[in-house]
Amino acid sequence: MRVLIMAKEGNQTDAAAPPTPQAMAEYQKFDQELVKAGVVLESGRLHPSSQGKRVRFDGKKRTVIDGPFAESKELVAGYWLWQVRSIDEALEWLKRAPYDGGTFEIREVVEFEGM
Amino acid sequence: MAGPSRSVRSSSSRACEGALAIGPRSGDAPARPGRRETPATEVHRAIEAIWRIESARLIAGLARIVGDIGTAEELAQDALVAALEQWPAEGVPERPGAWLMGTAKHRAMDLVRRRKTLERKHEEIARNVERAEEGFGLDTAIYEEVGDDLLGLIFMACHPVLSKDARVALTLRVLGGLTTEEIARAFLVPVSTIGQRIVRAKRTLAEAHVRFEIPGGAERVARLASVLEVIYLIFNEGYSATSGNDLVRPALCEESLRLGRILAELTPNEPEVQGVVALMEIQASRLGARVGPSGEPVLLLEQDRARWDRLLIRRGLAALERAERLGGAMGPYALQAAIAACHARAATAGETDWTRIVALYDAVAQLAPSPVVELNRAVAVGMAFGPAAGLELVDALVAEPSLKSYHLLPAVRGDLLRKLGRTEEARAEFERAASLTENMPERELLHKRAAECAADRIAG
Repeated sequence: MRVLIMAKEGNQTDAAAPPTPQAMAEYQKFDQELVKAGVVLESGRLHPSSQGKRVRFDGKKRTVIDGPFAESKELVAGYWLWQVRSIDEALEWLKRAPYDGGTFEIREVVEFEGM
Repeated sequence: MAGPSRSVRSSSSRACEGALAIGPRSGDAPARPGRRETPATEVHRAIEAIWRIESARLIAGLARIVGDIGTAEELAQDALVAALEQWPAEGVPERPGAWLMGTAKHRAMDLVRRRKTLERKHEEIARNVERAEEGFGLDTAIYEEVGDDLLGLIFMACHPVLSKDARVALTLRVLGGLTTEEIARAFLVPVSTIGQRIVRAKRTLAEAHVRFEIPGGAERVARLASVLEVIYLIFNEGYSATSGNDLVRPALCEESLRLGRILAELTPNEPEVQGVVALMEIQASRLGARVGPSGEPVLLLEQDRARWDRLLIRRGLAALERAERLGGAMGPYALQAAIAACHARAATAGETDWTRIVALYDAVAQLAPSPVVELNRAVAVGMAFGPAAGLELVDALVAEPSLKSYHLLPAVRGDLLRKLGRTEEARAEFERAASLTENMPERELLHKRAAECAADRIAG
């Protein structure tokens, strides 16, 4: 199965301190381990929400909202797409990630509809 | 979907949404109304997942020390049993992989020491113990050499001394972490058959004194070919199931892709490894499109290309590019990937570059001549230069003994005959093809095509 990991790292304002070199190195090591295990299909990081836009739909009406967005704890800062055999496997991998804050969400991607 | 009456074991994946408490009592998991999973069950699920992640590297690390897969697997299983005994009470350790590896390595080294006094294999074993002890103690150090260990295990499980069936079963077991039951289910054979196959495979490896090693030079080429053959065989059984009621078994495709991706990371400079990964990624991109709403096969040129998985196509094309960049003449897998890429790049079936596909099949036929390749080439020739040219090539294959019961020969011949308006002959060929396949959805499709030929005749 495919799962999407959404990294809600917490403080997502522009003023947030960039990760330290050591934190980056640890993250890269973990990412490499995942790649070597054949788990990672794709990954990416997002620019801060101050550069983001939102479009709200209300009937025929569209309202564009400029970032930054207020609910900083819920903002996605990066994502992974993983190929795993179960949600449990994804959980076990995710728990090994070298983060000391934030919330990471695991969601299964719908595949092979009708099979 | 899992109603309240279902047992805990069969609850849907949502049951593990909650934080799994790892480590000694790391906070209170929020109460989940309606979720009656006991902590012990949660730990068991965690252990199962950890086993899936760790078993291959565990067995690999142990095989390097003890020298054989059978003993390595037993030691790994012992460590698993220890985890099942201890973790529900003590909690899952912070580094479960290192815990399992540490536990198993202690036992492995005990065993090796005992053997050392029993047998007289001083030198080799002493060296192994020394190396194992060097990398032992620090969690991180344990993982340093894992890559080489894993590669050694892959080469061992896919050793040419074993039959294809044995290599496939052993690989899925020790590298895929699949149980004997899961392998049996995937190949629709009795559990006892797979069990026997694995036992015999281990015995054969031991009797042939196959060493745990990463071969180099000319031997590496032959051994790698054997590994790639196993991976692609597993993929193909998933992609075009030879028997049964399902046309495809995605789980086997996923398993072989995972193995291929791991191997590609372990051997980044092998063009054919990149080639086989490219081929599998691109073919897998069509998995969702090649089965119709009622399970019937949908042929490549009739597939809804919007349903092809763009992510897998992109990954496949990238792997193909890596294979090409590594230089040298393209091997059979890279060439087949290049053919698959021709289809992937065509926005519609009509835009397919058939001339290039013919040229690529020419190259495959030179490297790895086989009647099946000739048949595929004939299809491409038929598309590039007209059905008569294709039929001429197919007719030359009719006497080929190895294609005698290959259903795709009459299927292809039927297709070309129909295009030439020879509908009665075409109908007979489709019927013959239907009688030759063991796969039910495919058989139905062939019957349908035969019926269409009959309708052509009446209409014409």
